Amino acid sequence: MVAEVQDWPGRWSHLQAILERSGPFAHPEFEASSEVLSFLEDTCRVLVIGAGGLGCELLKDLAYMGFRQISVIDMDTIDLSNLNRQFLFRKKDIGQPKATVAAAFINNRIVGCKVTPYPVFIAEFHIVVCGLDSIVARRWINGMLISLLTYDSEGVLDQSSLIPMVDGGTEGFKGNTRVCLPGVTACIECTLELYPPQINFPMCTIAHTPRLPEHCIEYVRVLLWPQEHPFGASVGIDGDDPDHIKWIYEHAVDRANQYGITGVDYRLTQGVVKRIIPAVASTNAVIAAACATEVFKLASSCCQTLNNYMNFNDADGVYTYTFEAERNENCAACSQVPQVLRFSEDTLLQDVVQHLKESAAFQLRSPGLVAMVNNKNKTLYMSTVKSIEEATKPNLKKTLQELGLRDGQEIIVADPTTPKSIVFRLQLATNMDGN
Amino acid sequence: MESGPAEKSKKYDRQLRLWGDHGQAALESAKVCLVNATATGTEILKNIILPGIGSFTIVDAHKVSGEDIGNNFFLEKDTIGKSRAQVATELLLELNEDVNGDFIEETVDNLLRNNSGFFQNFHMVIVTDLPERTLVTLAAQLWESDTPLLVCRSYGLIGYMRMVLKEHTVVESHPDNAIEDLRLDHPFRTLTEYCNAQNMAEMTKKEHSHTPWLVIIYKFLEDWKKHNGEMPRNYKEKSKLKEMIREGILKNQDLVPEDEENFDEAIRNVNSTLVPTKSKPFWILARAVKEFVQNEGQGRLPVRGSIPDMTADSERYIQLQNIYKEQALQDIAIVTNYVHQLLQTLGRPQDNISDSDIKTFCKNASFLQLIRCRSLAQEYDPATANHADIAMHLEDTDDDDLVFYILLRAVDRFYSQYSKYPGCYGDSMEADIPKLKACVSKLLQDWGITQNVKDDYVHEFCRYGASELHSVAAYMGGVAAQEVIKVITHQFIPINNTYIYNAMKQSSITVQM
Repeated sequence: MVAEVQDWPGRWSHLQAILERSGPFAHPEFEASSEVLSFLEDTCRVLVIGAGGLGCELLKDLAYMGFRQISVIDMDTIDLSNLNRQFLFRKKDIGQPKATVAAAFINNRIVGCKVTPYPVFIAEFHIVVCGLDSIVARRWINGMLISLLTYDSEGVLDQSSLIPMVDGGTEGFKGNTRVCLPGVTACIECTLELYPPQINFPMCTIAHTPRLPEHCIEYVRVLLWPQEHPFGASVGIDGDDPDHIKWIYEHAVDRANQYGITGVDYRLTQGVVKRIIPAVASTNAVIAAACATEVFKLASSCCQTLNNYMNFNDADGVYTYTFEAERNENCAACSQVPQVLRFSEDTLLQDVVQHLKESAAFQLRSPGLVAMVNNKNKTLYMSTVKSIEEATKPNLKKTLQELGLRDGQEIIVADPTTPKSIVFRLQLATNMDGN
Repeated sequence: MESGPAEKSKKYDRQLRLWGDHGQAALESAKVCLVNATATGTEILKNIILPGIGSFTIVDAHKVSGEDIGNNFFLEKDTIGKSRAQVATELLLELNEDVNGDFIEETVDNLLRNNSGFFQNFHMVIVTDLPERTLVTLAAQLWESDTPLLVCRSYGLIGYMRMVLKEHTVVESHPDNAIEDLRLDHPFRTLTEYCNAQNMAEMTKKEHSHTPWLVIIYKFLEDWKKHNGEMPRNYKEKSKLKEMIREGILKNQDLVPEDEENFDEAIRNVNSTLVPTKSKPFWILARAVKEFVQNEGQGRLPVRGSIPDMTADSERYIQLQNIYKEQALQDIAIVTNYVHQLLQTLGRPQDNISDSDIKTFCKNASFLQLIRCRSLAQEYDPATANHADIAMHLEDTDDDDLVFYILLRAVDRFYSQYSKYPGCYGDSMEADIPKLKACVSKLLQDWGITQNVKDDYVHEFCRYGASELHSVAAYMGGVAAQEVIKVITHQFIPINNTYIYNAMKQSSITVQM
């Protein structure tokens, strides 16, 4: 075998101790042998999503845990502010694509490792591991893995269609690691309520009663910029353009002075405008390592896997909390239960859209709604394409009845959080029943 | 090439938001020493070099082996037989051009013998993979010189970390969900005057619904105290106060209550606001604050001087904010006076403690942390070992992660007897199981503990054969680096004193050994 030619005596003995000998805590299906390591090296394909703070760590960790058939996806390029933790990148790499630079570094440092930096067909992988900072992207991958599941005529899941997903996330000194077996254990959508709601300041506070430095910055970002277009009519805010941040900063200071508010500075301005999440090397190392250990356990069966969620925080001592997140029986992504929307005939379409965005169970970002009306597919509302948005906007103020929707009607909803549309069944109460 | 200040603040932006420029400055002026460039050791260094530690020194007499390259990112292929300290130092330095690093190819035993003051030159010493006897000697010397020591280890699927420091004080502990310091139970004069001047009965609807909840609770508390002069103490009384506040919401012509968010906020904040203002005072600053508490403060700490955001018009919110800020400045001025008096008594110059330090101390007065670890000598002497806690953990019916502490101590005993760890790859695992079991028994016997450790754990530890799995080393590298940063920046709270990580279940515990 090619791999063996490149190895040297003792290279894998740390792993071999665990993989070639069994123990009382191994998975019941574990069979200790030298073939386990060969499987990790030559057969097991792992997809790493994200080559940032977690991704860099994951690639290194997986490569030293015996994996060689690794692919990595990341659409981002390297920025100076990445270098305090994304250790595969150097100053000379700024502006280069993360995935390419990360893959090249690992392949060069670790003999025999074959990281490929381009997207591939997701169904080809044995395990997917996510190190993302975007909840939307995570939900999309989750939906993708669920869409690959196949069931037999009796509704029994075909185990060979299941691709486990290991997911890590960090923010400052906090983080979490979880193992999802799509269709078997809790998926990302089952536990949406674990994500904290995004903090948005009420518009009236920003416009009329600012109290905090953040309110002043938001005022400039949301209200003043679109009014003044300081850098030309079509130029939106670029959080990485120092001139843009400077302009916002200076105008926020003016507003703050007007109200006697203190504390607006350049760093805070940039933080608010770019919604910066603090990040440090140590937390990423911890969470990525826990994820890599779980990938190793899933692939080798050398030990039972995490069941199924670990929370981490090392601001006050070092704290972990491990628990079993439960499946949601009515999960819109993995339950196969038809989703029901209960409204009354005189509900406005905008209330339905709002419900899809705000309800804890759905938390959609920019839902597009289509329904069959009079045997024709009719787009009720869609915000993602400007021309369609303009054409369908008047529908928001119409009632469901006026739009020709009936009780029992199916509404198909597309959203950036899911690769597959969600089908909702409309349950309409007449005006008399109330709602 | 080193980075300039503007570039640094950009490069370190994401962490400066956590520990500030002063935390960064402390980090950049710190010198640390790593003993042994194992996978765990280099992972720790990586995570303090990236954020910009001042300098590091690696002490390691080992030559790079084939096993080392198999789990250590900072040892390259084709370096077998070279100095492990040198190869690791070179590759680690590539991570951050602003960090200095050097190495000494020497054993700890030799350094302790020939260069006794060597380890005291560092702000912190980090140790991995050191035999028990040497470790205990080194720890004793560091304890004597008051140099913090962090011991870290990855063993199979188990991680271990021990903090050894005499005393560590934290001013900025950055608590999550801290209770605000609002003094509604003991309002100071300017606050009382301000609230009394607010006449809710004569306000417009808009003014009424934008009156900060602080003022609302103040007013209703005054009403409440008219009964017997006391604050609401129990659940029933607090509920009654909430009810009073609810009754105070404006009503329209049909007597339906208006939508007043500030009143809702007031009701939500009743419980936390009524937590009595307590004092928890330390050293020159602590002593000064103590004087303040005993005299001007009438038993209470200096006012923190900040208020949470609340629905309000800008004008009154900022007036209130200034009232608290002013009071805090007055309190700080008094504390500063005490500090200067104490410094004079001690014969130290007045600028020994800066104004900004006094300010930070006063603002954090209720979050101060003091950590005193037990020494390694106390832990390793059976007479002073913490057997009571060990016995207590063993009694838990659930499998308790403390059992791994016992196993780690047992494999060290095994090593001192047989000069190898049990079940090393290539050796017979089965033959070592009874021997390790005997080590566990003797250890428990030394501690006078009658409970036993399940055979399964002994078996599993023989399986590990002292292997250092990269992902476990990387996990420990993360937590240990964070502990080093805490100790150096004096921000956030370090562990006291032993942390055990169980990668099998992804669980962990902290115990005082």
